Amino acid sequence: MSHFLDRLSFFKKQVEPFANGHGIVTDEPRDWEDGYRKRWQHDKIVRSTHGVNCTGSCSWKIYVKGGIVTWETQQTDYPRTRPDLPNHEPRGCARGASYSWYLYSANRVKHPMVRGRLLKAWRAARTTRSPVEAWAAIVENPETRASYVSKRGLGGFVRATWDEVNSIIAAANAYTVKRYGPDRVVGFSPIPAMSMVSYAAGARYLSLLGGVCLSFYDWYCDLPPASPMTWGEQTDVPESADWYNAGYLLIWGSNVPQTRTPDAHFYTEVRYKGARSAVISPDYAEATKFADLWLHPKQGTDAALALALGHVILREFHLNRRVAYFDDYVRQYTDLPMLVRLVRRGDGYVPDRLVRADDFIDGLGEANNPAWKTVAIDADGTPVAPLGSIGFRWGEDGAWTLEPKRRDGSDTALRISLIEDGATAPVAFPYFGGAATNGFVATAHPDVVTRNVPIRRLALKDGETAVATVFDLLCANYGLDRGLGGDGVATDYDQDQPYTPAWAERVTGVPRDQIIHLAREFAGNAEATRGRSMVILGAGVNHWYHMDMTYRGIINLLVLCGCIGQSGGGWSHYVGQEKLRPQTGWLPIAFGLDWSRPPRQMNGTSFFYAHTDQWRYETLKISEILSPTAPEGDWSGSMIDYNVRAERMGWLPSAPQLQQNPLGIAAAAQQAGQTPQDYVAQALSSGQLSLSCDDPDDPANWPRNMFVWRSNLLGSSGKGHEYFLKHLLGTTNGVLGKDLGVEGRERPQDVAWHDQAPEGKLDLLVTLDFRMSTTCVYSDIVLPTATWYEKNDLNTSDMHPFIHPLSAAVDPAWESRTDWDIYKGIAAAFSAICPEVLGRETDVVLTPMQHDTQGELAQPYEVSDWRRTGAPPVPGRTMATVTVVERDYPGLYSRFTAIGPLLRKLGNGGKGISWDTGHEVEFLAALNGTVRAGAAAGQPRLDTDIDAIEAILSLAPETNGEVAVKAWQALGKITGRDHTHLARSKEDEKIRFRDLVAQPRKIISSPTWSGIESEKVCYNAGYTNVHELIPWRTLTGRQQLYQDHLWMRAFGEALVTWRPPIDTKGTAAHQGRHGNGNPEIVLNFVTPHQKWGIHSTYTDNLLMLTLSRGGPCLWISETDASQVGIVDNDWIEAYNSNGALIARAVVSQRVNPGMVMMYHAQEKIVNMPGSEITGQRGGIHNSVTRVVLKPTHMIGGYAQQSYGFNYYGTVGSNRDEFVIIRRMNRIDWLDGTEPAFQQPAFQQKEVVR
Amino acid sequence: MSPYLNDVLYGWYPYFCLTVFLLGSLLRFDASQYTWRTGSSQLLRRRQLVWGSNLFHVGILVIFGGHLVGLLTPVAVFEFLGISHTFKQVLAMAVGGIAGIGCFAGITLLVHRRLFDARIRNNSSWGDIIILLMLYGQLSLGLLTIIVSAHHLDGGEMVKFMGWAQGIVTLHPGVSALIQDVSPIFKLHLFLGMTIFLVFPFTRLVHVWSAPVWYLGRTGFQVVRRRPLLHPALPVKGD
Repeated sequence: MSHFLDRLSFFKKQVEPFANGHGIVTDEPRDWEDGYRKRWQHDKIVRSTHGVNCTGSCSWKIYVKGGIVTWETQQTDYPRTRPDLPNHEPRGCARGASYSWYLYSANRVKHPMVRGRLLKAWRAARTTRSPVEAWAAIVENPETRASYVSKRGLGGFVRATWDEVNSIIAAANAYTVKRYGPDRVVGFSPIPAMSMVSYAAGARYLSLLGGVCLSFYDWYCDLPPASPMTWGEQTDVPESADWYNAGYLLIWGSNVPQTRTPDAHFYTEVRYKGARSAVISPDYAEATKFADLWLHPKQGTDAALALALGHVILREFHLNRRVAYFDDYVRQYTDLPMLVRLVRRGDGYVPDRLVRADDFIDGLGEANNPAWKTVAIDADGTPVAPLGSIGFRWGEDGAWTLEPKRRDGSDTALRISLIEDGATAPVAFPYFGGAATNGFVATAHPDVVTRNVPIRRLALKDGETAVATVFDLLCANYGLDRGLGGDGVATDYDQDQPYTPAWAERVTGVPRDQIIHLAREFAGNAEATRGRSMVILGAGVNHWYHMDMTYRGIINLLVLCGCIGQSGGGWSHYVGQEKLRPQTGWLPIAFGLDWSRPPRQMNGTSFFYAHTDQWRYETLKISEILSPTAPEGDWSGSMIDYNVRAERMGWLPSAPQLQQNPLGIAAAAQQAGQTPQDYVAQALSSGQLSLSCDDPDDPANWPRNMFVWRSNLLGSSGKGHEYFLKHLLGTTNGVLGKDLGVEGRERPQDVAWHDQAPEGKLDLLVTLDFRMSTTCVYSDIVLPTATWYEKNDLNTSDMHPFIHPLSAAVDPAWESRTDWDIYKGIAAAFSAICPEVLGRETDVVLTPMQHDTQGELAQPYEVSDWRRTGAPPVPGRTMATVTVVERDYPGLYSRFTAIGPLLRKLGNGGKGISWDTGHEVEFLAALNGTVRAGAAAGQPRLDTDIDAIEAILSLAPETNGEVAVKAWQALGKITGRDHTHLARSKEDEKIRFRDLVAQPRKIISSPTWSGIESEKVCYNAGYTNVHELIPWRTLTGRQQLYQDHLWMRAFGEALVTWRPPIDTKGTAAHQGRHGNGNPEIVLNFVTPHQKWGIHSTYTDNLLMLTLSRGGPCLWISETDASQVGIVDNDWIEAYNSNGALIARAVVSQRVNPGMVMMYHAQEKIVNMPGSEITGQRGGIHNSVTRVVLKPTHMIGGYAQQSYGFNYYGTVGSNRDEFVIIRRMNRIDWLDGTEPAFQQPAFQQKEVVR
Repeated sequence: MSPYLNDVLYGWYPYFCLTVFLLGSLLRFDASQYTWRTGSSQLLRRRQLVWGSNLFHVGILVIFGGHLVGLLTPVAVFEFLGISHTFKQVLAMAVGGIAGIGCFAGITLLVHRRLFDARIRNNSSWGDIIILLMLYGQLSLGLLTIIVSAHHLDGGEMVKFMGWAQGIVTLHPGVSALIQDVSPIFKLHLFLGMTIFLVFPFTRLVHVWSAPVWYLGRTGFQVVRRRPLLHPALPVKGD
């Protein structure tokens, strides 16, 4: 009744002693204990998930009490699997279970925040000026602009109202669109699958504006172009349940229990079922405990290991003994039978491009796209252009299929090898392993290895030409002696020739018998089970510069063993794994395709490389990576030159696109009496117009406004962090190196050089987040967004076949709003403010030749740079496509909140097929209602997040069976086969948002993906290619191991090869230069995924900090640590020319000597003192990295090597980096309240044994 | 000071303060248990706390005890024991002075860290700062009274305060007349002291009520609290 009265118990207090009076039992009130019990009470349970980039997509119960989220636990109500397959639960991990901490934590962003100096300037300017004029006054006055730009990251936020921040943003956008062009407004947000509507909100606003969405997965380096090169498809992988169907699991660079926690149970279960498993990891990672065999190669040498495994598999399963299953598989599903032209070089030959039907005088009877139809030798010895190559995909129907047939319908049985013909010729292969730096092993083999290859001479248009099959070239490339003698080949495994197990033992440190053993087990299992050998691949191997060599080395193993497309086998690539399952329903909503096409999209890597000016510090020369067998030609230039050439030729996108405002071009064309296409081509040629990429440092070409949402660009993925701070943001930074100009090194040829690099390109950086991340700290405006328990959204994953909801358990707390509402608000403010300077405008959009469009057939043979050849550029052929788009700026809000007319007019589709979707639009008009008046009158409404969700679900084949059947019909038209049986049984199924809230739903099979959803097999990539005979979307239509583009050959990567890590040259200039008296050591800097966070999420979460070291840490081996006097938990500093970072040392036997591991994305907002060297607070893992591009990733307009947003393009590698490590002396918290702490000097203690 | 004002401040104000003090403490204890705490800043910064807190607490406890015994013990008891007023006055000045100086040193450290350590300052409520400054002022005034008392070594002034204090607690508001003419320093000291009682329930001072003195007399080192039975009438298994 009363706490006080209850205590007045003197006369009734019963104290019973026990344990000889050492203990007592009392009758004191215990009501206070209820305080703890009530902590776990709830009055409702709501289903949601974590929109975080793991992307585990786990269903969670969110407990709510009195409008407050109290806690969460795993849901256990997934639809059941089959009798022979474990269920999916439990899904979830400790990180997800800690999420509710964020909602009410001190780190929550609660109100709209603005940099104080900016707000003051804005309010001052607004007293006399209109909004756009006010923004102009701020950014056109260098002093005012610098007053807030130079203070980014240094605090100084003040609260503002939503109305005020929306006005600032809208005015800035309107000013930028008018003054420079809409392509100066950019946005970065990753992984739509983790919260599709939130992504779509920002992307829709930007796309309607004409702004640019930046890609992310290529930037993360999670998706090396090796998969698109081989399959024309990226990140399509088996679901984790399919691990259970495997007979052999090879875990390569993936730490399954740590980073795929909710899925790891399938791995455990299949081990109980009897599957064998090998784990390849340089460090003793958690996954190694699952292994029958643990291989630990030196970090970065995985490609060498893969090549040696391939050597053994080819020798024992394809040459010495031909396994019928493997033989049939490679004949039908790979390019191994295809013919490659050989060209004379000295005494021998060099492999050239694939032979095409067009090479034959009669074109082999092919009139449609003969330049894109590859050729093989049939069983009868005649050349044939078998169905399925990419030439059959476009311009004709019914012949794009993997049925082993000719055009006339007769069967083919392609020859894999020409060895029985008897003719051979010496063919040159490049070898890059002769030179290696930084302690990687170099072997004394020549740069060019000439090997004998079986050939045939064919009479072609241009005379008699030697040709060889890909298989014969591949065997020679792997160094296999097939009785043809000659150099560079081996008959047994102990010979030291590339790429024997003995050779690999030297390079990788893995004993040869382990390599042979693994290869035999892996391939032996695949033979016995028809392809049930699987590789689970992780980020451990793919952030290296030559990651695509590792990938292709491993992919080759799977292809040679017939594992791709087979249940329980294949390429389980779970880095950058994302499956935006209802993709084709989502695309129109996200990119505003219902109102205008095409949207502006840009590959993040090239964008950041140019605009953070990392190119100005480039140390890698083209000559260092060019192949000794490169075709004749001018291969000069620097890295950015190659990127600019790719942009110029329409291979890669460009943002901004033109130095001139694209809103003025259509009018200029009209004045000149030309079509915009002709005008742009001619004006570019004459110099009237210029491409922005030619001069990224010219203020006219700077990106001006940037939105970051659902991302922590600056605290997590921003490789070259200090360059971001210096050049893009213009604030205090820790760049230690000097640029090429100062260093006097070779400068780019095609790109203008400014002696003074720009600092602070962005006028405005706006970040939406629920927590004060590092990116927020550096932003000008921070908008408080709803957490994952406060909004309605969709979430899907590669790891399981279900589609999930996020649903609002509580309303957004404080002043936060959902992303949908935030962008809707900005759109409304923009529509209200922009009429001051903008009306209906005509925008000219440049887009590269895109994969899965006819543009992928743009450049069949030669690479022709119109600027260098002087030829007039042709839009869509030798330069980007030019499209005119009408923008209705005052009507932007109306367009944002309604589904536009283009869906009904042009239909919907993806990946090269399209279908009519009028029925679905009608359905949405009935479901969501229609707009009554204004710019979108009569169109279906798209007001709320749930409206958007219903639109996505209704338009996508994966969630609307009727659409799925239409989609399969559309594909069947091209393949000439009926695929509709895959969806017929689900034709009446229509998944709606409330259905998902009731229970996650399994999606419907759709041609967007290469696996199927069925009650008999698990989702497995490539399944429909193998079982439905749908060609892969490559040049040959098959899994392509030979990459014949000119640039691929020039850089020596037509076939997989071993390339040691590059030398980034970042440490030599700094060794001993910043001495603090402690010894230094130079180590390889690798940044694997977290244990205590998902990227940067959760790393500032108290619960996770409590489980870990409470702040940034860096793992170092005992050997290396003892050399420089580092003991566990010491503060240490790591630095190179890119900058410096500090962390506590974790000294562990787990780590290989020669490298340090820093779990990536530990931010500088928790437990982070200042650097001794830069004087700046800490530094994050990316403070010591800088991206280096690779020219082979820039190729475009060439079948599978055509641009695709996110999935193909340059990637941001960062793992070849080395750092100098040393103990710190002075720990300065830089908070002005305490003097720096002197770290006690290390004292060698006597070890008592 | 007019007799009327004197009567209001020293005859009636004490009852107001004591009422708020007792009733307020009771209400807060019952209504807001989670706020019943010391609000220690030890986790934020240890610096200056070991000396500051210990000096302050030891000093203030001695002073508080001295005031309690010195003011509320009936004069007759001292006379019976043969303790002269002069001796008692000197003893009070000496012990109070030593404890007061120690306490002053301690609270000076505490005030310094409370006001000038940014982390603690940012985590302090308005009440935390005010109550500390009130104690600081009260202690300073108390120390100043020593100087005044040095002119009254006969203990006559002291006896007035004893009479006043005992009168107040025995419900004789008229005793305010006794201290009509004492030094203004004493009057300020008294007023501020009563005001501290007044604000006591609204500050972290409530932790004084919960000083764990019963630890001294506890038996047993392991305590098991029995859960109250929902239906005490029902026989418990084993009874």
